Amino acid sequence: MEYKDYYKIMGVAKDASQNEIKRAYRKLARKYHPDVSKESDAEERFKELGEAYEVLKDPEKRTAYDQLGANWQAGQQGFQPPPDWDAGFEFHGDSYTGGSAGAAGFSDFFESLFGHAGGFQSRPAGGQYQMRGEDSHAKVFIDLEDAYQGASRGLSLRSTVMGDDGRPQVKPRSLNVKIPKGVKAGQNIRLKGQGSPGIGGGSAGDLYLEIEFNPHSIYKVEGADVSLEVPISPWEAALGGKITIPTPSGAIDLKIPAQTSSGKKMRLKGRGIPAKQPGDFYVTLMIVLPDTLSAEEKSLYEALQQKSSHFNPRKKLGLGE
Amino acid sequence: MQSEIIKSEVGIIVEESDYLSIAKLCRYCSLSAESILHMVELGVIDPVDTSVSYSHWQFSNTSVLRAQAALRLQRDLGVNLAGAALALELLDEIKQLRQQVSYLQR
Repeated sequence: MEYKDYYKIMGVAKDASQNEIKRAYRKLARKYHPDVSKESDAEERFKELGEAYEVLKDPEKRTAYDQLGANWQAGQQGFQPPPDWDAGFEFHGDSYTGGSAGAAGFSDFFESLFGHAGGFQSRPAGGQYQMRGEDSHAKVFIDLEDAYQGASRGLSLRSTVMGDDGRPQVKPRSLNVKIPKGVKAGQNIRLKGQGSPGIGGGSAGDLYLEIEFNPHSIYKVEGADVSLEVPISPWEAALGGKITIPTPSGAIDLKIPAQTSSGKKMRLKGRGIPAKQPGDFYVTLMIVLPDTLSAEEKSLYEALQQKSSHFNPRKKLGLGE
Repeated sequence: MQSEIIKSEVGIIVEESDYLSIAKLCRYCSLSAESILHMVELGVIDPVDTSVSYSHWQFSNTSVLRAQAALRLQRDLGVNLAGAALALELLDEIKQLRQQVSYLQR
């Protein structure tokens, strides 16, 4: 079993006052609350914090914990409670900090010292008690292309189930999820009945997946609209013509009008993410030049320069001429 | 422990699902109608149309997520419901700004 340094987790000194511990808890709880924090391990940190606070906020438990001695290091393996452990201590089964921490129970380390945290155990056994299972939440990253075509994702989840001994256990399970096409970043997918099981015959909770897009190498996404920067040559810009461009649903032909200036934006209606209200696909045309010009190309540009001397591209800048 | 393989489950986009009746919202959030009314009063969630009597109120499916998040903030951080509503609004704004920043940075 792994030894847990509750003082380190809470970032307080071993001789911190109860008030200091309370303040540290409040501060860290706000920082690591899974609804507030952006950290990917927020839920774990928050749970760990809840467990540490559970022990340190209670003078009885704290004294008992302190007696384990200072020889243990955080994360050190092989921990076993001393044989005379809990002699002379009585732990009251009062309110556990509960919260997100309560649902899946505390660590083995905690349980070996203080017994099993609240959870289902404290419910009236065999009574009429019935409750809908809790909803679970997870974040899923998909590619933009998946939003166009729909996708299948294998997920590994850890869900809390009631063990044979009537105590909640964390059980890993795999789930294959079909993500419908037309989903946008930040939207949520609901999987009915895939959350925590209900209690006493209550229905299971739902599983919610928040969708995020992996950053794409060429497309930019805003809501359901997708945009792409397309380089074109100076002659394509001048003469117009048909070019082939990629879109997340496959390559398409795009007709460029003659006399196109760099930065011109074209809208392809309905070619964004096929959401309930389909987005549009925006193409921004950028004129690019070859890295090197041959002597012949250069002389052609010079001829063009003389022919087009009347053209002042900076007319709008108000310098006159 | 053995992990158990479950067949493919089809997800539904919450933001584009049909509206929920107040009764269903109560059930999904394990809350009483009074608690839901209180949340509407404080602006945690908003019915689609408030001109009808509250027993006919309808909510978007995202209200479930919002109400639950408000409850978690209340329970875990010791804020009251008005504080949770404020936190949720600020979190929404941060989320939007982050999206804008990442869009502009590309």
